[in-house]
Amino acid sequence: MNWSLLWAQLFNGLTLGALLVLVAMGLTIIFGALGVINFAHGAFYMVGAYAGYVAYAATHSFVLAVIAGAAALLLVGIVIERGLIRYYYRRPHEDQILATFGLGIILVEAVRAWFGGISQRLPVPTWGTGAVNLGFLYYPTYRIEVLGIVAVTLVVLYLVLYRTRLGLIVRAGIEDQLMVNVLGINVNRTFLVVFGLGSMAAGFAGVINAPIVTVVPDMGELVLVQSFVVIVIGGVGSFWGALIGGLIAGEIISLTAIVQPAYSEVMLFAAMAIVLILRPQGLFGVQGRQ
Amino acid sequence: MIVEKLSARGPLGRWLPEAAAVVGLLIFPSVFALIGGTADMADRILIWGIFGLGFDILFGFTGLLSFGQAAFFGSGGFMTAYLLIAGVTDNAMVALLIGTAFAAILGVIIGALSLRRSGIYFAMLTLAFGEMFYFLDISPLKEYTGGENGLSGVPATHVGIGKWFVELHTPEGMYWVIAILFLIGFWLARRIVNSSFGAVLLSIRENGERARTLGHDIQKYKLAAFVIAATYAGVAGSLFGLFQGYMPPDGFYLETSGQLVVQTIMGGAGTLVGPTVGALVWIYLRTALQQLPLVGPVWKMVLGIIFVLIVTLFRRGICGGIAILWERLVGSGVAGATAPAVAVAATDKSPRTRAPLTGKVILEAKDLTKRYGGLTAVDKVSFQVVEGEIRALIGPNGAGKTTFFNMLAGAIPPTGGEMFFRGERITSAGSTAICQRGLVKSFQINQLFPSLTVWDNVRIPAIARTYGKFHPSMLRDVGNSEELNALIAQSLAAVHLSDRAHAPARELAYGEKRRLEIGLALATKPSTLLLDEPTAGMSPSERQDTIRLLKSVAAGVTIVIVEHDMDVVFGLADRITVLFNGRKIAEGPPDAIKANPEVRAAYLGNPVQK
Repeated sequence: MNWSLLWAQLFNGLTLGALLVLVAMGLTIIFGALGVINFAHGAFYMVGAYAGYVAYAATHSFVLAVIAGAAALLLVGIVIERGLIRYYYRRPHEDQILATFGLGIILVEAVRAWFGGISQRLPVPTWGTGAVNLGFLYYPTYRIEVLGIVAVTLVVLYLVLYRTRLGLIVRAGIEDQLMVNVLGINVNRTFLVVFGLGSMAAGFAGVINAPIVTVVPDMGELVLVQSFVVIVIGGVGSFWGALIGGLIAGEIISLTAIVQPAYSEVMLFAAMAIVLILRPQGLFGVQGRQ
Repeated sequence: MIVEKLSARGPLGRWLPEAAAVVGLLIFPSVFALIGGTADMADRILIWGIFGLGFDILFGFTGLLSFGQAAFFGSGGFMTAYLLIAGVTDNAMVALLIGTAFAAILGVIIGALSLRRSGIYFAMLTLAFGEMFYFLDISPLKEYTGGENGLSGVPATHVGIGKWFVELHTPEGMYWVIAILFLIGFWLARRIVNSSFGAVLLSIRENGERARTLGHDIQKYKLAAFVIAATYAGVAGSLFGLFQGYMPPDGFYLETSGQLVVQTIMGGAGTLVGPTVGALVWIYLRTALQQLPLVGPVWKMVLGIIFVLIVTLFRRGICGGIAILWERLVGSGVAGATAPAVAVAATDKSPRTRAPLTGKVILEAKDLTKRYGGLTAVDKVSFQVVEGEIRALIGPNGAGKTTFFNMLAGAIPPTGGEMFFRGERITSAGSTAICQRGLVKSFQINQLFPSLTVWDNVRIPAIARTYGKFHPSMLRDVGNSEELNALIAQSLAAVHLSDRAHAPARELAYGEKRRLEIGLALATKPSTLLLDEPTAGMSPSERQDTIRLLKSVAAGVTIVIVEHDMDVVFGLADRITVLFNGRKIAEGPPDAIKANPEVRAAYLGNPVQK
């Protein structure tokens, strides 16, 4: 066994997992509070990456690119919640899925029409070039920084969810949506904010990840699928479920690649199938929630 | 649905949809050519149509939204192409059959896994498993599937006998093979939809939990629907590979699953022909839009916008819209034809004398307990109900009545204790099995099948009673079963809803819905009926009617009733059990309960200190 390869893959799994956590967290928060599962979430992630790309091309500042990506998705989220999603709160889940799925198609095709299908690159920021000597491993600086950025973001998200009134409403909604409505909380505004924040998380993840992957219109599809798997493994509506589920998913993909690269993606779905058989509600999910 | 309405018009009408399909398929290539369609496009439309027939049974009729149908389309297609290329068989139809069987077997596995969750999870799981097949295809199995290149060089074959044959590699020849398979698929799908199996699928779409408590093993029904959809997908995928002479990895793309969903919604879910119409629109518009100067590059975005608009404003799609128009034009006269004209046996209106109680215990609970964390909702409650008795269960709010009731009906598992029904242990049997044994609950809040007619509502429990918890008979028209029709008519008469048989349940008045709720339970022919606040929300006069109705029902069955209205309780019950704070505090005939000081204290909110 090659130890530096193992360490490298462990770290790769961590960075991949961290980004999946970020995307899945947005999905879970939106679902928990609004009861809507956003099939356009992968497209949001992709739009974030493109927004970052455009901002970087204009300013050559990576920080501005990240801010632009997050801000663009906050805006997109707000516009879409007001323009489409709000009409779906009272409709069956299937309709919500269909509408957001259609929305995803529109966004992907709009970006494809604008930028073409060719892949774009967002370069690694100047403060992220090169590699760091960890003692046991030389690892790309930017990827380590990504871990730090995601960790900070998750702490902020945790504080918002567990230390603010908004977070209380979101968590209460995850427990019992009807009750929150009955209590007369202004859910209308809360929904808007939550959808905006969840979308922002996807956009943010999109820009952060852009230097690691290639930016193409279809880049969100795989991320969407993987974050679904994360949610199934971790359990919907659970902060810790999304966190642990995301890291597990990242490590499964990376570590399988050492042994049998051809199976790295497939193993992820096998893990999901095992969770479904042994613990259908997910590792951190509550039994009985629909 | 038009198709069903027409089919009720006798033998000629029954075959009208098939006859229309034959004519349509015969003239389609020439008519389609007039608007610029090619044979290649016509073939694709029909292949998507076959794919869609199965998907509509799964989504339109059963309500299960799958985003993973590409898994079966691709698997069928690759298996068929591989068999022909590897020379395992040189008969295209044999390869197609094996490919289809392969897709069906995969459908059993993926269906069993995905159906462990419902609703949005089902959609997410099917999407994920669909993607798994794509990764299997391009990486571990690429030796067999050609990976990203797909499988090319499917040998040119023909189908036929002697000099009567068609070439499978020309779109014109292939059309007739696809058309015949489409016709068979359409005929089968129509039989399935009109069978008792199809009726249960519809009830799952409308209210799956209720179908379960009425004695249907809905998991098996859902899995069967899933496998049917996978089978159709396998046929479509196989045809796709044969017709192109090449099976591309696109077969496994999420886009393939997505396009199927989009076409089905556009054409109209729950209509069987909807997906074909949707495919026609999608494929024709794609070609047409691509030729326009400005719209060309963004054709898919335009179709995406159309899709979102249809979902938002016009959920029933093109065929659903036509059906609504048809109903307006033809009027409700046709709608009346759905339920067969069974002579409703005039029920005996005079109050029947109840048979003397036998003294035989029919339902028994021993130390039944339910704990939620630290809260004990029901605390070691034991009771025995005698055959033929009317037992009331009363107690102030929060006494644990509904929890106790839900345990008896199998809706929630007890934390401790045992339950017996007719001498058999039913503690962990679950609501479906308990219902099948003759113990059924009617709900405090109506649990109906809203879009089905009153007649079709009652048909659901009648099917469970007559055919058992899973009855995969898919070819027999459910409307022709005299046995079912008699039971439905009898149950409707018992709750005085015979004249409302053709109305959709959602259009009933509140009191009528309440009676239908009881009628659903009655149609399972229960030996014991659990009634959870049957008069909830009723006016005083409706209450009196309901008491009379329950008395007439009580002639044959044992009844346990939870009720807040004391007039109802004391007017009906032979004996009364009183729960308070999760415990049984009294039991006895009405007069004794009235006089019991502990009961009075419980209701006045001044619990007796023990």
